[in-house]
Amino acid sequence: MTTSTTVPRAGRWERLRDSYLLYSFKRDLVAQLSLLIFIAMVAVAILAPWLAPMNPYDLAQIDIMASEMPPFWMAGSDDAYLLGTDAQGRDLLSTILYGARVSLIIGFGAVALQAALGICFGLLAGYLGGRIDAFLMRLADIQLSFSTLMVAIVVGALVKAIFGSSTFSAYAVPLLVLIIGLAEWPQYARTVRASVLAEKGKEYVDAARTMGLPSRRIMFRHILPNTLSPIFVISTVQVANAIISEAALSFLGLGMPETHPSLGSLIKSGFDYLQSGSWWITLIPGAVLVALVLVINLLGDWLRDVLNPRLYKG
Amino acid sequence: MALLDVNHLDVRFGMRRGELQALRDVSFSLDRGERLGIVGESGAGKSVAAFSLLNLIGKPGYIAGGTIRFDGQELTSMSDRELRHIRGHRVSMIFQDPMMTLNPVLSVGEQMVECLKAHRRISKREARAIALHKLEQVQIPSPEARLDQYPHELSGGMRQRVIIAIALLLDPDIIIADEPTTALDVTIQAEIMALLLELCEKHNVALILITHDLGVVSQVTQRMLVMYAGRVIEQGPTREIINDPQHPYTQGLMNALPQMATPGSRLNQIPGSMPSLDNLPSGCAFHPRCGFVQRDDGSHRRACEDNIPGFVTSGNCQVACHMVAEMLERDRIPAEETSR
Amino acid sequence: MNVMSQTVKTPGADIQEETPLLEIRGLVKRFSLSGDFLEQLRFKGGKLVRHQEYVHAINGVDLAIRRGEALCVVGESGCGKSTVARTVMGLLQPSAGEIRYGGSRIDNMSTRELMPFRRRMQMIFQNPYASLNPRMTIQQTLEEPIRLHHPGWDSTRVRDKVAEVMASVGIAQDWGTRYGHEFSGGQRQRIAIARALAVDPEFIVADEPISALDVSIQAQVLNLLMEAQQQHNLTYLFITHDLAVVEHFGTRVVVMYLGRICEVAPTATLFSRPRHPYTQALMSAIPRLEDDRPQHLRLKGEVPTPVNLPSGCVFHGRCPHANERCGREIPALIDTAEGSQVACHGVEEGRIG
Repeated sequence: MTTSTTVPRAGRWERLRDSYLLYSFKRDLVAQLSLLIFIAMVAVAILAPWLAPMNPYDLAQIDIMASEMPPFWMAGSDDAYLLGTDAQGRDLLSTILYGARVSLIIGFGAVALQAALGICFGLLAGYLGGRIDAFLMRLADIQLSFSTLMVAIVVGALVKAIFGSSTFSAYAVPLLVLIIGLAEWPQYARTVRASVLAEKGKEYVDAARTMGLPSRRIMFRHILPNTLSPIFVISTVQVANAIISEAALSFLGLGMPETHPSLGSLIKSGFDYLQSGSWWITLIPGAVLVALVLVINLLGDWLRDVLNPRLYKG
Repeated sequence: MALLDVNHLDVRFGMRRGELQALRDVSFSLDRGERLGIVGESGAGKSVAAFSLLNLIGKPGYIAGGTIRFDGQELTSMSDRELRHIRGHRVSMIFQDPMMTLNPVLSVGEQMVECLKAHRRISKREARAIALHKLEQVQIPSPEARLDQYPHELSGGMRQRVIIAIALLLDPDIIIADEPTTALDVTIQAEIMALLLELCEKHNVALILITHDLGVVSQVTQRMLVMYAGRVIEQGPTREIINDPQHPYTQGLMNALPQMATPGSRLNQIPGSMPSLDNLPSGCAFHPRCGFVQRDDGSHRRACEDNIPGFVTSGNCQVACHMVAEMLERDRIPAEETSR
Repeated sequence: MNVMSQTVKTPGADIQEETPLLEIRGLVKRFSLSGDFLEQLRFKGGKLVRHQEYVHAINGVDLAIRRGEALCVVGESGCGKSTVARTVMGLLQPSAGEIRYGGSRIDNMSTRELMPFRRRMQMIFQNPYASLNPRMTIQQTLEEPIRLHHPGWDSTRVRDKVAEVMASVGIAQDWGTRYGHEFSGGQRQRIAIARALAVDPEFIVADEPISALDVSIQAQVLNLLMEAQQQHNLTYLFITHDLAVVEHFGTRVVVMYLGRICEVAPTATLFSRPRHPYTQALMSAIPRLEDDRPQHLRLKGEVPTPVNLPSGCVFHGRCPHANERCGREIPALIDTAEGSQVACHGVEEGRIG
C-alpha cells in the first residue's frame, strides 16, 4: 500500500555517527580542544592519589622546611617539587591535583542537586500551571534574590554555631554541595519551565492526555526527554558557575578548609604571600581554575549552538 | 520576446552528505502581463524555483547551471548590486506569511515610504501619497488610518492586502507570489485571489503564482507548470492541463481531489509519497508511484526505470513521460500509414 | 475485535437509536485574556475595579452526534470548531454547558472516572509533525495506550495487538524500531491513526487531520479513515475547513461562525441547498476546477474578533441580508423542511430562500 522510503534501521551507535552533534564536533576545533583539555583535567583530578608525587592531606609527608619553594624553571627550585611548594611546604602540583578534584566534585555535586530540584519544580510549575506555578516561581524569585554568598554565610554560621567548626570542616564538601545546589536551582527551574511550556502546547502532549495517562507519566516520560537539550546546555554553564562559586566561597573562608584545599582555598592561602614574591602559590592554581572554567564554558557555547532548535531542527 | 526566459536551470544545495539537486533542467518563459502557475506538492521544488529566479536562494543553495534572462538581461551573472535593483523594483515577491515581509516595529506607512525612498528619489510627502494610493488600490477600508497602524493591529487578510500594496509600490513587471493565500481562510482567500487577479490585469503585471491548490491555479492563471521532485513534468495552458492532464502524476493529483469522486466512495489515491531529493529513484522520478509503470510488465517499464524522460509535445502542452511519448508515437504512425 | 463489538452493544439495542452517542448542551467556552488577579485591576473613574476580558471561543453550542455517522464541523479560523473538539475530549474544561457520552455526563468527571471513556473516544490531531513524541519509537508510541488501558495484558498480547493495528493502517512492521522524524507527514499521520485505533475506540475526534498534508497524501489518509470507519464501526467528529472533504466524507455537516452554529444539515442537503447566508458565502468561495472565474459572494468586512462579540446574530455585520432584528436578537436553530436546522432570522421570516 505504501512504498516506504528505505531508511536503514539505525542502532544507537549509527545514529550517533550520523548525528549533527558529531558532525559539528568534528568541524569545531575549539570544541575538540576544549573537550580534550577538560577530559585531561578530569582524568588527572580523578587519578590524583595515584599521580600526585605526595599526599597533601598527609601531615607526615609535609616538610615545613621546604615551604615556598619556587617552580622548576626558577632559581632555587627543587626537582622533587615540580611546581614548587606552598607556605606549609606542600607540593603545589599535588595540592592542585587534589584541589581540582575537590572543586570538580563540588561542582558536579552541586549541579546534580540543582538539576534534581530545578527539573522537578520546573516540570511541576510548567505543566500544572496556575497557583502551583505562581508559588514555585515566586519561591524561585525569592531564592534568586539571596545571593549564593548569603546562603553560604547563613548555613555556614548555623552549622558552625550548632556543631562547631571542626564538624563544618569535616563535612565541608557535602555542605558546599548543599549550599550551592540550593542557591542556584531557580536557574534550572526557569529553563525547564520555559521549555515545558513550549512542549506542553504540542500535540503529542495532548495525545498523551486524551489517552488518559497520569500527569506524572506525561511529565517525566513525554515532556522531560524533550526538554533535555536546554538542560544539557545550562548544565555546562552551571558546572562552571558552581566551581567558581565554590572558589569564591573558599577564597572568602566560607568554603573548604586549608587542610583539604580546593582550588579556591589554595588561591586564598597563597594570596597573603603574593606580596612577598611567592606568586606561584596563587597564580598557578588560579590559572588552572581559569582554564577549567574556560573549557567548560567553551563546550557549553558549542553545545548551545548545536542544540539550538532555531538553528537546527532535528 | 518574452519578459522572462528561464533555460535549463539547475539549482543545487551543498549538503554535508554531498550535493542535492533541488532543481533539474527547469525551463519556462513568461510574457508581459501573463499569469503563470507553478504547482506541486511540498518538496517538489516550486519555491526553490521562484527564489532562484532572483538569486534569492540562500546558502548552501546555488545556481549550478542554466540561464535566466529578464527583459534581455542575464540574471545569473549579475552582481548583487544590480540584482538588488531588479528585486523589489521590477520584480516583487509576496510570501505565504505576511509577517515575513512586514517589520513588526514599523508602521505600515513607514515601511512603504522607506521602500519607495530606497528606490526612488522622492520626498517623504510624495512617497506617502503613493503609498496611500496603493492602499486604495488594494481596497483596504479607510486607507489613511492604516498608514499609521502597525502590522499586528491588522487582521490576516488585511496584512496580505498591505503586502500586495507593497508589492505594487514600484510598479513591478512581475509579481512572484509564493502560496499567498494558504494561511488565510477560504472566504478571505477568494477575495485576495480575486484582488490579485484584478490588479495584475489592470496594470499589465505578470504573475508567477506558486501554490499546491489546483483550484486556485485553474481560476487565476493562464499557463501552468507541474513540478515533481525538482523537475517540471508537464507544462502548458492551464485550461488544457486541468481538463485533460497528460502526465500520470498530474492525472493522479487531479483524481485524488475529493471533488473527483462520488461522495462516500474511495478516493483515487496515488500510492506512496514524493521521494526526498537525496534519494531519488532512477529514471523517471515518478515511476515507483506510477500506475502505468506498475501495470506494465516489460519494455516500457524498463524505459521508465532507466531513462529520465524528455519533453514531448502533446497539443499545446509539453509532457515529460515515456508512456505519453509512446502513445503519441503510436498515434502518429497509423496516421502516416493511412495517409500513404 | 470481540471487545469492540461488546462495548457497542452494552447500552442496549432498543434505546440505541434514540440516545445519541455524544451530546453537547449549551456549551460555552471562554478564555481569559486578563492574566491573574493583580493584572485585572484597573482604575476607572477614580475607582479600582476588576476588569476581565475574554475570548468567547464557543457561545452556546448544542449538538448531538449519532452512532456511526461522520459529523463534520466546518468554519473559518477562530470559529471555535477546534475548541469544540478539544472540549469534547476533555483537553479543555467547558465554562458552561454539559457533555454527555452515551447518556453519562463526562465534562465534570474525575480523571479516574473518565478512564473507561478515554478508551472509547480517541483523537487524531492536525499536525502529524507534532503529534508523535520525538523521543519515542513507533513501537513505544503504539504500545503505550494499550498498556495503559489493558494493564492485565502480557507483552506478547500487547505486541500482537500493535502488529494487528499496524497492519490495519498499512504500515510495515519494521517501522516499530524507528522514530517519528524518520517518516513523512502522511506516514506519521498513519501512525497517529494507528495509535488512536490501538485501543479499539468507538468514537474518534479528528481535528483537521489532513490539512497539513499534500493533496496526493490527503486522499490516502481520507481513504484510511473511511476504511477504519467501516471496519470498526466508528463514529467521527471531523473538524475541517475544507468543504470538498466534507462533501466527500461527512454524513452531516455543522457550519460554525464565531462560536455559534449557523446551520446543521445532512451533507447532500447542505451542498444542494445551503440556507444560511454564511454557508452560501463559504460554498461560493471554494475554488472550483470547472470555472475560469471566481464568482464568489463577497462578504463585507472581516471576521470580528471573538473578544467583543457582535450583538444579535454574530454574522449580521457581514451579512448581505441583515436587518434591524438581526443586530438585536440572537437567532435560534430552527428546523427546515429538508431536515436541516438553520439559525437565521432571514430564513425564519422567509426573506432568504
